[in-house]
Amino acid sequence: MERILIIGATSAIAQATARLFAAEGASLFLVGRDPEKLRAVADDLRVRGARRVETMTMDAREYDRHLRLIEEARRSLGGLDTALIAHGTSPDQKACQTSFDLTRREFAANALSVISLLTHLANSFEHQGYGTLAVISSVAGDRGRQSNYVYGSAKAAVSTFLQGLRNRLHRSSVHVLTVKPGLVDTPMTAGLPKGFLWVRPEIVAAGIYRAIKSCKDVVYLPWFWYVVMRVICAIPEKLFKRMRL
Amino acid sequence: MVGRYESWGRYPRVRQSAVRLIWRHLSLPVSRDPHRSYLPFGNGRSYGDTCLNDGGILLDARGLDRFIAFDPEEGVLRCEAGVLLSQILDLVVPKGWFLPVLPGTKFVTLGGAIASDVHGKNHSREGTFGRHVRRFELLRSSGERRICSPGENPDWFRGTIGGLGLTGVILWAEIALRRIQSQNVISEAVPAPNLERLFEQLLDSSRNFEYVAAWIDCLARGENLGRGLLFRGNHAGAGSPALQRKSRRGFRVPLDFPVSPVNEVTVRLFNTLVYLAHEKLSSPTVTDYDVFLFELDRIEGSNRLYGPGGFLQYHCVVPLECGKPVVEGMLRLTFRQGMPSSLGVLKVFGALPSPGLLSFPRPGISFALDFPSPGPKVMRLLEEFDGIVSSAGGVVYPAKDARMAPAAFKAYYPQWEALEALRDPKFSSTFWRRVTKE
Repeated sequence: MERILIIGATSAIAQATARLFAAEGASLFLVGRDPEKLRAVADDLRVRGARRVETMTMDAREYDRHLRLIEEARRSLGGLDTALIAHGTSPDQKACQTSFDLTRREFAANALSVISLLTHLANSFEHQGYGTLAVISSVAGDRGRQSNYVYGSAKAAVSTFLQGLRNRLHRSSVHVLTVKPGLVDTPMTAGLPKGFLWVRPEIVAAGIYRAIKSCKDVVYLPWFWYVVMRVICAIPEKLFKRMRL
Repeated sequence: MVGRYESWGRYPRVRQSAVRLIWRHLSLPVSRDPHRSYLPFGNGRSYGDTCLNDGGILLDARGLDRFIAFDPEEGVLRCEAGVLLSQILDLVVPKGWFLPVLPGTKFVTLGGAIASDVHGKNHSREGTFGRHVRRFELLRSSGERRICSPGENPDWFRGTIGGLGLTGVILWAEIALRRIQSQNVISEAVPAPNLERLFEQLLDSSRNFEYVAAWIDCLARGENLGRGLLFRGNHAGAGSPALQRKSRRGFRVPLDFPVSPVNEVTVRLFNTLVYLAHEKLSSPTVTDYDVFLFELDRIEGSNRLYGPGGFLQYHCVVPLECGKPVVEGMLRLTFRQGMPSSLGVLKVFGALPSPGLLSFPRPGISFALDFPSPGPKVMRLLEEFDGIVSSAGGVVYPAKDARMAPAAFKAYYPQWEALEALRDPKFSSTFWRRVTKE
């Protein structure tokens, strides 16, 4: 059965994905900031059928703990087959525009912490010669828009980093999956007005589960975001810069 | 669609906001406006206004959807209050356990099932849902947390079961499950040509069948008055073959009809077809419990068939001996007023006492009738129903109600002041304000 490390395990999408793996008896190592939340998620996954669930409290920006974290997860689960990086924040774009300090912190949470984790995970998985690195990026990284380009550029960095990593690790039979969800109705997006394009995290989780199982490279979730983003990316910059997006 | 808050009957429509509860260890959100009241909201399956809070804030508990512990030896499950009964069944049925009490839809939350102290088609056997609740944690707006059970905080335990969400938020609950040998039900549908026969069948079946409910053709008159079909079943024993589980939710009501397709002509056609299809006594069939128990869930969004005006369900229980005359009187009244019901369901409630302060079920005959597009004529009819029910010594179900007068409510539930005393000072609902008005 699968042995999975999940960073940002208390996020809505990660929880819903973990439930799918738990139901088939996977072992999970959960990482998050809040020990109470981690305990609630871990208990839930045990009842749902997980063979083993371990937790560790950590802020993703504690870069110097990343290497030890991966070793610890590997030790306690007896190896690692999959790592899912699912943590993130929803930056206040307006506030970031007036504060580089805030922008830097958001970049650390959404891009640098992911890149640090991936650096260690890539070496570790390259060495073992199998496994899946799945990372939740975003459709927001496909094109910068005035309404959330701090978040978007952080996700763009992650997506491009993953592209390179996929290219490098292909030779070592390590599967690298970039997940690009559209609008997902989670606590992270609680403050935003919702329309018909929004989906529940369970829908995205089912897509992630399938993409991990079938070794997809890049998935848009739900699929129609692929079409939406192709259209948005096709708009000439001359025109795009005049739009309010 | 995300973020819609309405009751199952979609009447009345109110203005309210909502916040989501996600983690059970966190306290309630602080409201900027201290005058706005809170009301826990489950999956919106209450028909009337017990799940609405006009001008207030709904505490959407569906984010509290985690299991906490399951003992597969003893059949005891602890989980958060926003878990749906459908999710509980998915978890426990493969392990040989079942929920002892299930309402007509499995898409209700655990917290909602407790707050309305729901019942099923097996009331004679198992009583109400609350009878199988061992304990739960209640969070009050003051931040205080109470573990409630028959032995610990018994007043709060009793007040919260059937307490319509007014005593605080149920964060999690521990429930006792029952063993099943198979996930199949052996069921049959028995036709009855008139009310006399339907009552005979209903009372007779309650002795040998666990699940019993009767559907009445509310348009049949004259010598056919009260004709209907009796549905009854028992859990299958060990060795019952595993059935191919069809993917449910085959049909979904995709849009709001501008005009309800439910009218006297279509209902008459439907009722006649349903009755004729079952008229020749059918032999017992083996069905999955899911097909037998959750008729309502077969069509996703079936409540939207009633059109933009929504609908009301009148659900009462009257003592056994008054059952037949009351049902007959109510049916005749609908004809006299030119307001026949689109759907009628009869059940028998047994003697097992309900554990809640404001629980609806009590021994007798339970009768439920649907009325689309509630207007003044329907309201007048239902007021006349209240006259019949109260003079027979019966009561009306709060979780289905959106219209009863304060005097009627207070007469049905004279113990309401005890619930008022236990009510969280910051909690209220459209229903509670309406029925407790001076």
